Amino acid sequence: MKALQETPQAEPRQLRIDKPKFNWKKWLYHLVTGAFALLMLYPILWLLMSSFKESSQVFVTAHSLIPDPFIISNYAQGWEGIAGQSFGTFIKNSLIIVGFSTIGAVISSSLIAYGFARISFKGKAFWFACMMVSMMLPHEVVMIPQYIIFAKIGWLNSFLPIIVPQFFGHAFFIFLMVQFIRNIPIELDEAARIDGCGRFGIFYKVILPLIVPAMATAAIFSFYWKWEDLINPVLYLNSPEKYPVSLALKLFLDSETASNWGAMFAMSVVSLLPVVLIFFLFQRYIVEGISTSGLK
Amino acid sequence: MKLRPAGENLAGYAFISPFIIGFLAFTIIPMIVSLYLSFTSYDLFSAPQWVGLANYVEMFTGDEKYWTTIKVTFTYVLAGVPLRLTFALIVAMLLNRASRMVGVYRTLFYLPSIIGGSVAVAIMWRNIFGNEGTINQILFFMGIDQKIYWYQEPTSALWTLILLSVWQFGSSMLIFLAGLKNISPEYYEAASVDGANPFQKFFKITLPLLSPIIFFNLVMQTISAFMTFTPAYIISKGEGGPLDGTLLYSLYLFQKAFNFFQMGYASAMAWVMLLIVGLLTLILFKTSKYWVHYESKEG
Repeated sequence: MKALQETPQAEPRQLRIDKPKFNWKKWLYHLVTGAFALLMLYPILWLLMSSFKESSQVFVTAHSLIPDPFIISNYAQGWEGIAGQSFGTFIKNSLIIVGFSTIGAVISSSLIAYGFARISFKGKAFWFACMMVSMMLPHEVVMIPQYIIFAKIGWLNSFLPIIVPQFFGHAFFIFLMVQFIRNIPIELDEAARIDGCGRFGIFYKVILPLIVPAMATAAIFSFYWKWEDLINPVLYLNSPEKYPVSLALKLFLDSETASNWGAMFAMSVVSLLPVVLIFFLFQRYIVEGISTSGLK
Repeated sequence: MKLRPAGENLAGYAFISPFIIGFLAFTIIPMIVSLYLSFTSYDLFSAPQWVGLANYVEMFTGDEKYWTTIKVTFTYVLAGVPLRLTFALIVAMLLNRASRMVGVYRTLFYLPSIIGGSVAVAIMWRNIFGNEGTINQILFFMGIDQKIYWYQEPTSALWTLILLSVWQFGSSMLIFLAGLKNISPEYYEAASVDGANPFQKFFKITLPLLSPIIFFNLVMQTISAFMTFTPAYIISKGEGGPLDGTLLYSLYLFQKAFNFFQMGYASAMAWVMLLIVGLLTLILFKTSKYWVHYESKEG
């Protein structure tokens, strides 16, 4: 915030307030930036508007954003679902996967982050390095053995292979929270210790309430990643009643016939709604999370 | 005060124990198994057969498709990442000013990054570039009567994937924007006094001071671009076509493992991928001293 107020452009702009003159530079700036922003958004708008078009019209009128006629029956048709499952089932499955994964990832990561940020123990540097390396490790290297292990213990076609690993911390979130905890004055810990708090008491009563913003950021990203995740559901789930939204959409695409374009677009829009909604509600956390730790 | 009180070791390990257990169970043990499997022939149903280096030899000398996927993936990474970062930097500089609208613009430019990895967006992209899709229709209205069959020709199909990745420049843009805000205005003022033009300011101040952030982005984006799966899988319907034009490395590995059940071969592919990603990172780190400028402390 401080940096924002100190940008060099801030000053001349304030001077212009009492000198109302047509500022063509400013107008050109907004024209160019605004046009570019609209161009970026065009595909999303196209998807949204196509979901209100009749399936037969989607590609005949692909150049136009205005549905004619404007219909909402695509949503009802799409909601009926596919492969004998209502779209509501897919959403329920996604929510179960996302909910448990997120709770697991955020709680475990905060415990681990506290350990790394506040306790000095033998081998800390080594384990911290392991964590940093695991952030960069391609998932493909562990994907096949993980699949074999989960198959051997009979977890295939269940949510367990997707949810359980999240309960052991997520490197990005741990890193984010470690950064956050390091900025909390150590005096707070010491005061709590004098008051008779143990390690866990300090974590639970002092640190945890203060790292809520970092936990919120982690929760939001966990939500995004798990909601959009495709490869794990493709690997581990094979009966449609267990499909999450991402895999259900793929099913729509695979069975695509000339008649259900509208329904597929409508359900694509539905699948993006929670993501966009959370984005607008919690933008501040997202922007901070990305700018401070490079979360994608 | 620096003394380690008794019980600190225990407490430390208690707190990070979930990480250690998870790291062993879901990273280290699978990595060892994966390395072993890469020297075997294994179809998931019968026991693995030791075949020595056969998978690696086959990969580099026998499998033509493997070289195609290498070419496709490198094109995707080497074209996509620099383009994405260039866009991110240009837009970040455009938004680095005090204006009420900047917040709105930032949101709009960032939105594609937030939804970009989803199946819905891949479906959208597939249809926008379809034969009857928006792009062709707009080209038609601009007077270009020639339809472009984006998904019938390997190169153009790959470029739609690259465009999809460039479209998601928002997260890098946010990081650049944070970096730009940290550059002290005094540098620019001093340069203005010395009569520097905007280009000189960009190349002598902005770029050098931003280079650590650019470097960080370059490493992370290169790694994640190398692992791209969803868009290729959705847009080509799992085939990687046409003519393997969109057969990204992850997709081919997935096909080998879970369509053809060549787990040994796929494991070998995964290890080569790890080596390539590691090597790329190493090159970026090694060359970084020539172009990354870390602010010296003595000032």
